[in-house]
Amino acid sequence: MKILVCISNVPDTTSKITFSNDNTIFNTTGVQFIVNPYDEIALSKAIALTEGGKGSITVINVGEATTEPTIRKALATGADNAVRVNAFPRDSWFVAKQIAHFADGKDFDLILLGRESIDYNGNQVASLVGELLNIPSISIAKKIDITENTAIVEREIEGGKEIINVSLPIIVGTAEGVAEPRIPNMRGIMSARTKPLEVVEPIDVPLLVKVVQYEIPPSRGAVTLVDASSPEKLVELLHTQARVI
Amino acid sequence: MSVLVFVENIEGKFKKSAFEVVSYAKTIANTLNQKLTAISIGDVSDTALESLGKYGANKILNVNSEKLKSFINQAYASIITQAAKQEEATIIVLSNSFSGKGLAPRIAAKMEAGLADGAVGLPEINENNFRIKKTAFSGKAFALTELTSVIKVIALNPNSFELRDEITTPEITTFEADLHSQDFNTIVKEIVRTTDKISLPDAEIVVSGGRGLKGPENWGIIEDLANALGAATACSKPVSDAGWRPHEEHVGQTGIAVSPNLYIAIGISGAIQHLAGVSSSKTIVVINKDPEAPFFKVADYGIVGDAFEIVPKITSAIKALKES
Ligand SMILES: Cc1cc2nc3c(=O)[nH]c(=O)nc-3n(C[C@H](O)[C@H](O)[C@H](O)COP(=O)(O)OP(=O)(O)OC[C@H]3O[C@@H](n4cnc5c(N)ncnc54)[C@H](O)[C@@H]3O)c2cc1C
Ligand SMILES: Nc1ncnc2c1ncn2[C@@H]1O[C@H](COP(=O)(O)O)[C@@H](O)[C@H]1O
Repeated sequence: MKILVCISNVPDTTSKITFSNDNTIFNTTGVQFIVNPYDEIALSKAIALTEGGKGSITVINVGEATTEPTIRKALATGADNAVRVNAFPRDSWFVAKQIAHFADGKDFDLILLGRESIDYNGNQVASLVGELLNIPSISIAKKIDITENTAIVEREIEGGKEIINVSLPIIVGTAEGVAEPRIPNMRGIMSARTKPLEVVEPIDVPLLVKVVQYEIPPSRGAVTLVDASSPEKLVELLHTQARVI
Repeated sequence: MSVLVFVENIEGKFKKSAFEVVSYAKTIANTLNQKLTAISIGDVSDTALESLGKYGANKILNVNSEKLKSFINQAYASIITQAAKQEEATIIVLSNSFSGKGLAPRIAAKMEAGLADGAVGLPEINENNFRIKKTAFSGKAFALTELTSVIKVIALNPNSFELRDEITTPEITTFEADLHSQDFNTIVKEIVRTTDKISLPDAEIVVSGGRGLKGPENWGIIEDLANALGAATACSKPVSDAGWRPHEEHVGQTGIAVSPNLYIAIGISGAIQHLAGVSSSKTIVVINKDPEAPFFKVADYGIVGDAFEIVPKITSAIKALKES
């Protein structure tokens, strides 16, 4: 099985998010970058599916040279080779166009990615690439089982789940629970240095959306503390003051 | 020109998020002096369709087909795109629900449209630009996004727009879309619903428990409180990682992002990753025995104390309030 895993380079989850230049640019000073946590799940699933020589894993990232440590981490975890599309990932549409352009005609049986990137939170790339390549997409999968040429995928829906039967090739966004997380071991880290990492130039994509400005959510006023001996006072405040119950 | 809104049904019924998108799309249509067309796919009764008139739908395209009763992403995207062309719609609105998240990008790609996913408010529209606020960095920020394309797709976050009544008598017509076998590549084998529970993303009240509850056997107090309030239950990540609760209840940066009217956090410390997914809740209540717990810094109301003693008392007080 030939698998493509899309990985995004995102700020570590503990990062404090700040912006500069009148809130137009994400401030990366002092921010640690990591493989998007959901993409790690996608990669872990790919490794489980190809274990024992049952296929190959290519990882792709759309990013500038600064993302290479993240790509090497994916290689150390178990991908066979990597591609970096040399461009700043302007938005999901731009990224999806690059991924679709790369994947087109390469006969991947399965494209796995994260359900969403924790910076853009678009949850877009899976469906966009699916549409561009004209293959089925499942944007939030909780479970993926593959036998031969078909996949059974559990998809999250409001208040439950849906079980879908679909023939490969497909593109699937992974959520928690899809795979046991894998971490790089010493051998992986050593071999990652010599695994191929190809750099390709981006294709042109017209601009459809652009971020004009960022905004930090307003902070709340001071907390109103209610004494532990009179919890019914809290209920009263929620009813008469906050008016939420 | 018109505004098109896709209204998602669940087993033939519209939920609040469906009315929210209609009301939201109507407000945009009014601003632009355009008509609002709604499209529904699946097996929905006329009475249910007519209820969309309460929020201003002028016209309803009904795609009634046994084959389309469950969500088939590619087919739905084709239908909505064709409807948008017929209606000369330049703005397409849908809910950022689980299905909507899969659908919106496919429609956008078909139409070369810019997409605002996770929109949290009305667009600012003027002659030269169309801007909309959406969530970014997992709830740690918002991004004011400009859609520069001619056609625009908006996926509205549930619970982020207040319904506005605007009574219309919509004209209901059947819509026939041109579909191909490749639109039906996915087959829905089974739908499993936990009917006794309120779904988390669109719940108005959420009661959430963390590691402070010590173990799954203690979740009764959380469930009792949720039942008394008609709330959905949620949990922190370590709780679902430990298998105390199912993964779909985990909220936060790597779980579900929620923005209910009321979020009650019990025995949760308030780590940055947890806060990211819940900080846009309108009112936050924290119950924690540690006065230094970071969650208190972002709470509206709090009680410092033992959850096992406090929560049952709150539940009784709520029951008493509901009875009075
Ligand atoms: C990459 C990454 C992603 C993450 N994503 C998420 C996420 O999406 N969501 C998430 O929740 N976490 C996430 N986390 C984990 C997060 O960092 C915290 O570890 C987690 O939120 C802590 O959960 P908790 O508050 O339940 O447990 P703890 O931090 O252990 O807090 C338990 C709290 O309970 C209180 N307590 C104890 N006993 C009682 C009692 N009897 N009555 C009242 N209070 C009591 C304690 O004072 C304490 O504050 C992520 C971590 C990483 C590294
Ligand atoms: N710059 C990128 N390069 C490669 N893959 C990406 C990139 N950005 C996003 N993705 C993938 O697309 C998924 C969804 O991203 P998004 O649509 O931004 O939420 C992520 O989890 C990644 O798997």
